Amino acid sequence: MHPAFSVILLTTLIGAGQGLFLALYTDQVYSVFRVIRALPPTASGLYAMGSLIALVLLAAGLLASFFHLGRPERAWRAASQWRTSWLSREVLLLPAFMALVAAYGGLHHLGWDPLLARLGDSIPVHLSLLVGAAGTLAAFALFICTGMIYASLRFLQEWASPLTVLNFILLGTASGFTLAAGLAAWRWPALTGFYGLWAIALTLAAAVLRTASLVRNHRLRHRSSPQTAIGIRHPQIVQKAQGAMGGAFNTREFFHGRSDAWVRLVRHLFLLLGFVLPVAVMAAGLLLPAPRLLVLAFALQYLGLVAERWYFFAEARHPQNLYYQAA
Amino acid sequence: MTQLALVIDLNVCVGCHACVTSCKEWNTSGSAGPLPDHNPYGADPSGTFFNRVQTFEVGCFPNTQTVHFPKSCLHCEEPPCVPVCPTGASYKRAEDGIVLVDYDKCIGCKYCAWACPYGARELDEQQKVMKKCTLCVDRIYDESLPPAERRPACVLACPTSARLFGDIHDPESEVSEAIRENGGYQLMPEWGTRPANHYLPRRRVRMEIHADELERVDNPLRKERQQPRPALDEPSLDDVTSW
Ligand code: SF4
Ligand code: SF4
Repeated sequence: MHPAFSVILLTTLIGAGQGLFLALYTDQVYSVFRVIRALPPTASGLYAMGSLIALVLLAAGLLASFFHLGRPERAWRAASQWRTSWLSREVLLLPAFMALVAAYGGLHHLGWDPLLARLGDSIPVHLSLLVGAAGTLAAFALFICTGMIYASLRFLQEWASPLTVLNFILLGTASGFTLAAGLAAWRWPALTGFYGLWAIALTLAAAVLRTASLVRNHRLRHRSSPQTAIGIRHPQIVQKAQGAMGGAFNTREFFHGRSDAWVRLVRHLFLLLGFVLPVAVMAAGLLLPAPRLLVLAFALQYLGLVAERWYFFAEARHPQNLYYQAA
Repeated sequence: MTQLALVIDLNVCVGCHACVTSCKEWNTSGSAGPLPDHNPYGADPSGTFFNRVQTFEVGCFPNTQTVHFPKSCLHCEEPPCVPVCPTGASYKRAEDGIVLVDYDKCIGCKYCAWACPYGARELDEQQKVMKKCTLCVDRIYDESLPPAERRPACVLACPTSARLFGDIHDPESEVSEAIRENGGYQLMPEWGTRPANHYLPRRRVRMEIHADELERVDNPLRKERQQPRPALDEPSLDDVTSW
């Protein structure tokens, strides 16, 4: 497939935005339930600032997605087929999630967070905790929609796997937690360790699953062949002409047009930038301690994930390519 | 239920591209807007087509066969391109099974093209919407045309009659009979899309005639002429009598 930059930016930006929100909320849940500590008064500022950054990322992703459309002025129509289309579901969920993030950040920013109930005697349930829970559900649902857009195309065998959805979830959350660690390092150093450790753990988990999907796709046997494509049972079929004009939408949309060496290079690059370097840099940042390194870790990881998404598209071989063997 | 479809005889197609040009001519001048070409006379021409004829060489030289392979939307009975469309612009008509795109609703997101294993959909780079074969839905029901012309433009143009058009759900139709009698098959059956369009395979066309087929062995006089008339009380059977 041809990797479109609009879609690469959309999926990486909203993934980081969703992950960042999940990071903020994880911290709030931990402190409310006193897993690590009581809610320090400063954390509200982090939640508000983090939500704002998440919103900016989500909005940038949404903006990028418009560049993918031929007719962006009709984009509103894309909300209508949520019963059958994962793309339509994503289109509905993204603004809904953005509204929840805005509400969550707004509550923390204004400091208006009424106590709704108490669990037992000690655990306070504030409005923001509920809004955050709804946001968490929406974040995961959005990850699933994004992943299923690809995983549901059964004949794109590289994508048609639960690994695709899991990878979208893990890569997004890992980059979000890395960003949260960088953010904490900037203003809220007490939380750096919390986010940093989570980010390292999630990045390692993402590395394992992404490698698993690389191995799976390496071993993949395609079900379609030139024989099934034109229905002639002979081992030797060579295409001699591709139809009128040669060049077509089909020769542009479904081929990445780069050499195998380039594709391999991108694979090494994303493994290095997306996983190896961020973990090393974050570990160094936490141990030294040198908080600025955590910001660097996010920058590296984001670049790595852009490369990862490019590779994700380039790796998928569409069966229609059997009809365009000379492209 | 009706399922209109094309049946394309690969044994007959000579790769003349008449269907391609006829399709392009009819559909570029229709009410749905043009099918534009870009840079048509330049080094790297490109354009939107509903129908393309591709050529494959099968076998090892010198024992090769050249197969001309016309390819357009197959109007699948389980079209994977339809449910993925977020706008509802892609749909399959219940009344005749034609898969269509509503150009006024399509946002050009290309998701349906990803979801078609056959590469049958092409994005029009000018109108920025998805286009594909309509089975000439604007011809086949047009009562101002003589009934014989109410068929897709490609079918009318084919000089060798390699393209048949009809309802594959009607067992008596010409297309159903061709599929049944001549080993009609579907493309990429492995994906369960159940394409409505079928292809008829290459088949042996050389006839071998032996001498005994020219001169009947059961002719005692070694002369080809009418058999002696049986007496009225004799049985009169085909093959034995001439009437
Ligand atoms: S051939 Fe492709 S575009 Fe046509 S109905 Fe089948 S899946 Fe859809
Ligand atoms: S390109 Fe048009 S017809 Fe295809 S899925 Fe998108 S909106 Fe639907």
